[in-house]
Amino acid sequence: MAENTDARDAVGDYRYGFHDPENHTIRFDSGLSEQVVRDISALKDEPEWMTELRVKAYNHFANRPMPTWGNMSMLEDIDFDAITYFLKSSNQTENDWEDVPEDIRNTFDRLGIPEAEQKWLSGVTAQYESEAVYHSIREDLEEQGVIFLDMDSGLKEYPELVKKWFCTVVPYADNKFSALNTAVWSGGSFIYVPKGVHVEMPVQAYFRINAKNMGQFERTLIIADEGSSIHYVEGCTAPTYSTDSLHSAVVELIALPGAHIRYSTVQNWSANVYNLVTKRAVAHENAVVEWVDGNIGSKLTMKYPAVILKGEGAHAEVISVAYSGKGQHQDAGAKIHHLASNTTSKILSKSISKDGGRGSYRGMVQVSKKAQNCKVNVVCDALILDEGSRSDTYPTMEISNPTCRSEHEASVSKVSDEQVFYLMARGHSEEEALALIVNGFFEPFTRELPMEYAVEMNKLMALEMEGSIG
Amino acid sequence: MSNEPILRIADLHVCIDDTQILKGVSLEIMPGEVHALMGRNGSGKSTLANVLMGHPAYEITGGTIEFLGEDLAEMEPWERARAGVFLSFQYPQAVPGLQVGNFLRKTVQALRGDDSPSAREFRQELNNAMSELDVSKQFLGRYVNDGFSGGEKKRFEILQLLLSKPKLAVLDETDSGLDIDALQTVAKGINASMGSESGCLIITHYQRILDHVNPSHVHIMIDGEFVKSGGPELALAVEEKGYEWLS
Repeated sequence: MAENTDARDAVGDYRYGFHDPENHTIRFDSGLSEQVVRDISALKDEPEWMTELRVKAYNHFANRPMPTWGNMSMLEDIDFDAITYFLKSSNQTENDWEDVPEDIRNTFDRLGIPEAEQKWLSGVTAQYESEAVYHSIREDLEEQGVIFLDMDSGLKEYPELVKKWFCTVVPYADNKFSALNTAVWSGGSFIYVPKGVHVEMPVQAYFRINAKNMGQFERTLIIADEGSSIHYVEGCTAPTYSTDSLHSAVVELIALPGAHIRYSTVQNWSANVYNLVTKRAVAHENAVVEWVDGNIGSKLTMKYPAVILKGEGAHAEVISVAYSGKGQHQDAGAKIHHLASNTTSKILSKSISKDGGRGSYRGMVQVSKKAQNCKVNVVCDALILDEGSRSDTYPTMEISNPTCRSEHEASVSKVSDEQVFYLMARGHSEEEALALIVNGFFEPFTRELPMEYAVEMNKLMALEMEGSIG
Repeated sequence: MSNEPILRIADLHVCIDDTQILKGVSLEIMPGEVHALMGRNGSGKSTLANVLMGHPAYEITGGTIEFLGEDLAEMEPWERARAGVFLSFQYPQAVPGLQVGNFLRKTVQALRGDDSPSAREFRQELNNAMSELDVSKQFLGRYVNDGFSGGEKKRFEILQLLLSKPKLAVLDETDSGLDIDALQTVAKGINASMGSESGCLIITHYQRILDHVNPSHVHIMIDGEFVKSGGPELALAVEEKGYEWLS
């Protein structure tokens, strides 16, 4: 309990900072080696190609230096030897809520997930630590031939499909953290939507880190076949711990011709988590990919959802918001690569910094020489809540074709005293007034979310405004 | 009718950035009374309005403000609002992204606390207020004062007045810049919000709104002081002769 109290002091009161007693069937010692990677693969009884891919990725990770951009001093603080790379909290994947161990169920109950399920879920993968413990797919989804599994089960049940697409969008050697993820990945979602199938309701997954020094390396692969559509939603909350945790996911999306994928994230890591994620999509002819990405919390986030517009007429949209509080740095943005003609993209980035927090927009738009008549629209807005907080913009545009039409707007604003007074005069406390302003600023993002996520997002921001006065 | 005043201001002195703006203002508003406050720009009218609402930039250097017997100066702006003080702003502030419908619901909840209406009751109340003021449904989906015309802003202030049901309404130049139709609608809203148990202070430059709201008292402020108080005839005299004869 003493440790708990320390943690609270270190990172402040964190609403979802409760945690259940650790109860693990198998837990590896901390630290990483080729042997640990082989052990993980053996334990999962994986095909040889996956074992070899993991080992290659591990060697790349071990030899690759840290990135020389972003927040280098924070990155240097990561102690890779102090992280546990695999742990399994229950023996198999469950598909009935009642069979899920009680302490795990408690955690989800307190997050309100069962209610959310009743209203919205068409399928749930709730990731608890490294592996999915709960997984249900509504019958009509199954009837439509949609595959929705945790990644480990996906590899077991559809090895050929996984082999065909795995690492095709994000190669293991893409960056140091994608190499790490490829070496030690566990859990995540595997989704295949057959030709012409439209998944009407959003499918959702929740992620939590519950063990001290726990690295979470989920791997998600979504393939939307020709003319199909899907909206995938993930929400992340993590309990408070005083030692640093690393979250390093890889998400690969493939939108085949005419397909539509929307991937929405509301992330709320506690203030000690490193969130270093590679998210990338390929959009074929006339396909649409949308990343809707909300970053609250964590110590350092580096995340730039990317879309490769590979086929003519494809469209990409990245809407992201970032909130940086005390001691936090959100380095987020987007990358779009226009490789084909008549492709269009839209980036909307909104960031708020408070209590000395730092928000950076880092964006890259490339239009290749042979891509004719592309359209690019980039808007970045920053809201700074107090002195000492910081916002930076690092936009890069590399446009190699003269027929491209591009627009770029950026703004930085502050909350005015008159605005706050106006809302206080309507009966809202100073904190409530700030929350109304902040939630209004994020509204272009929250309106894109399923309702219960929008509600949670607004509540989280209201909580962030508490204790900010005086 | 109660004999206790809604508002009692005694010898109020107010500074902003070390400049004395109000130099001893006294005023008493009894239940059911509408008071008009007139005066040139810069005479201190808006300062009085802002001080009543608790604007943090102003400092009270002397005198007292009692609202229903309570010391108003001790209360935060939102406590004043919840206790029943309403200010219709001369310059309502925009809050981009905050939808009008959502904002009004939250405001009514903040003001009424445990007595808040259910979603259905609120919708009914809102519909009534909106039809009273000829406000269209589309208004609810817009963002608070964001891109509103001058007239829309004033109408929105009065819509909030109707939903707030205050005991003391302070209207700071709510009639400025309105055409005659809008003026009548706004006046209708003010009258609808007034009851025998509430009081109203209307700050204005023009006689014409007073034709519609019938003040019982008119005060003239010059350089931070009330130089003359009287009945409706005083407003007519000002309209005709200006302020020169009063100073």
